[in-house]
Amino acid sequence: MGGKNMAAVTYSANPVEVFVTSREETATSVAGKNAVFSVRDLNLWYGEDHALKNINLELKENEITAIIGPSGCGKSTFIKTLNRMVELIPSVRIGGNILYRGKDILAKSYKVEDLRTRVGMVFQKPNPFPKSIYENIAYGPKIHGIRNKKILDEIVEKSLRGAAIWDEVKERLHENAYGLSGGQQQRLCIARCLAIEPDVILMDEPTSALDPISTLKVEELVQELKKDFSIVIVTHNMQQAARISDKTAFFLSGEVIEFDRTKKIFSSPADKRTEDYITGRFG
Amino acid sequence: MHYMNHTQVQKRMSTRLLKNYLAKLLFLLSTLFGLVVLAALIYRVVTQGVHWIDLDFLINRLSTDPKKAGILGAIAGTLWLMAVVAPITLIIGVGTAIYLEEYAKKGRFQRFIQINISNLSGVPSIVFGLLGLTVFVRGMELGAVILAGGLTMSLLVLPIVVVAAQEAICAVPQFLREASYGMGATKWQTILNIVIPAALPGILTGVILALSRAVGETAPLVVLGIPALLIPLPDGLFDKFTVLPLQIYYWTLDSALVAEYANLAGASIIVLLVILFLMNSLAILIRNKFQRRH
Repeated sequence: MGGKNMAAVTYSANPVEVFVTSREETATSVAGKNAVFSVRDLNLWYGEDHALKNINLELKENEITAIIGPSGCGKSTFIKTLNRMVELIPSVRIGGNILYRGKDILAKSYKVEDLRTRVGMVFQKPNPFPKSIYENIAYGPKIHGIRNKKILDEIVEKSLRGAAIWDEVKERLHENAYGLSGGQQQRLCIARCLAIEPDVILMDEPTSALDPISTLKVEELVQELKKDFSIVIVTHNMQQAARISDKTAFFLSGEVIEFDRTKKIFSSPADKRTEDYITGRFG
Repeated sequence: MHYMNHTQVQKRMSTRLLKNYLAKLLFLLSTLFGLVVLAALIYRVVTQGVHWIDLDFLINRLSTDPKKAGILGAIAGTLWLMAVVAPITLIIGVGTAIYLEEYAKKGRFQRFIQINISNLSGVPSIVFGLLGLTVFVRGMELGAVILAGGLTMSLLVLPIVVVAAQEAICAVPQFLREASYGMGATKWQTILNIVIPAALPGILTGVILALSRAVGETAPLVVLGIPALLIPLPDGLFDKFTVLPLQIYYWTLDSALVAEYANLAGASIIVLLVILFLMNSLAILIRNKFQRRH
């Protein structure tokens, strides 16, 4: 753990400085955990609107990174850039590099389908397909070519167990997923994401549409998933970030103001703006 | 300082309420007007034709003797016509809709096509008849056969299917597409497995409504030279045929010669109306059954 602590560097809002420190961190992290994503000088525009400005971040294996910040600060945009879902919006332009396991995913030659198979996503609103619970989970494996019924059965059970929802749905696998409660639907969506056995799971405010009890269940699940996956979670809820994440990045107006261990951010933030935000003075 | 003078308000109250009531009455009468006209129409047709409908009328072939005449030929022709129009409009119409909604970049080209589809659905049906006559009947030398009629009718109703399918595809929530793309699905996999199944009820509704338009349409087939006095039944795409509206049209024309033809026309109208009513009911049924899915 010592290496990890040392690797945690306080980021300043100055892009140049951030870039330098992130390089240093790459060097020190060799002894610690591997970087999953290295974001370098990422800039993104929606038309004329400069939504992400010089983002530099290192996201580590088997860690939960929370992205916090007020509405419109670019946190959702950022997470959607990591699996290039942001490209579904017309008029998006992206500059800089995002290295996923050492390869630039923004390069033309990088197949976006390949990326999204390795980097799964759970969305803000539960979005199961209007199909049965079974078909929802089997969808991913099927599109990637698994046809064997027995293997699909196993994947469905494993994924539903992984998302801690197996016991609730095992008797009704062939019923429509829309019959589930909102919280169950969201865990189903997490299970659906697990079914493609990703490396990283991106979660875009996964509990914002859920009640407190469902939220708690999803949070516990996220903690559990950390053992096998690297997780990036956007959240509006600062307590949630403090409860579940290892690292926290604070976004403001498209910039990373501070990126550090969650404990550090919430106990002694380096930047005044971070402090103002987490103490509830704005946002 | 008060702006509201409540005595004044009180005074105007009865006038306001009277206007309120008159407005309601006006709209009720507008609605009733349509209903009354429809009722009169149906009453006239039914009293004239209903006694002429029996099993023989449905299964007999055409005859110059009103007592023996039946509409089996026209019904068979109508079914053949549907058999041609349904697959063509489904494939081309849905293909066009998918291209416009899922592939085409929103821009000048897409807008140009869109405007043309709207224009096309406003073109009088007789113009489509002339097109069919030039291209299919004479150009391709098909003659006034089922295939030529079906192709002409397909062109006529294609815009209906395209627009309905576009609306259905557009109504598929974006979050379903995102969920699919988010798992590494390609665009085609997403369209095939997610978009089309979710849009299918809307698409089918559009196809059925388009078919019922094709079944009821007369003018283009008159231009193509589809005969009414046709004794043999069609049994292939390259056979001559007739359809219910044409049968009605010619019987009505000839009712000056043989008075009973008017009754036969009335009876045929009832059959046609029942068919159209059933088709529209099916469309509504499909729509309602799948409406509450998302």
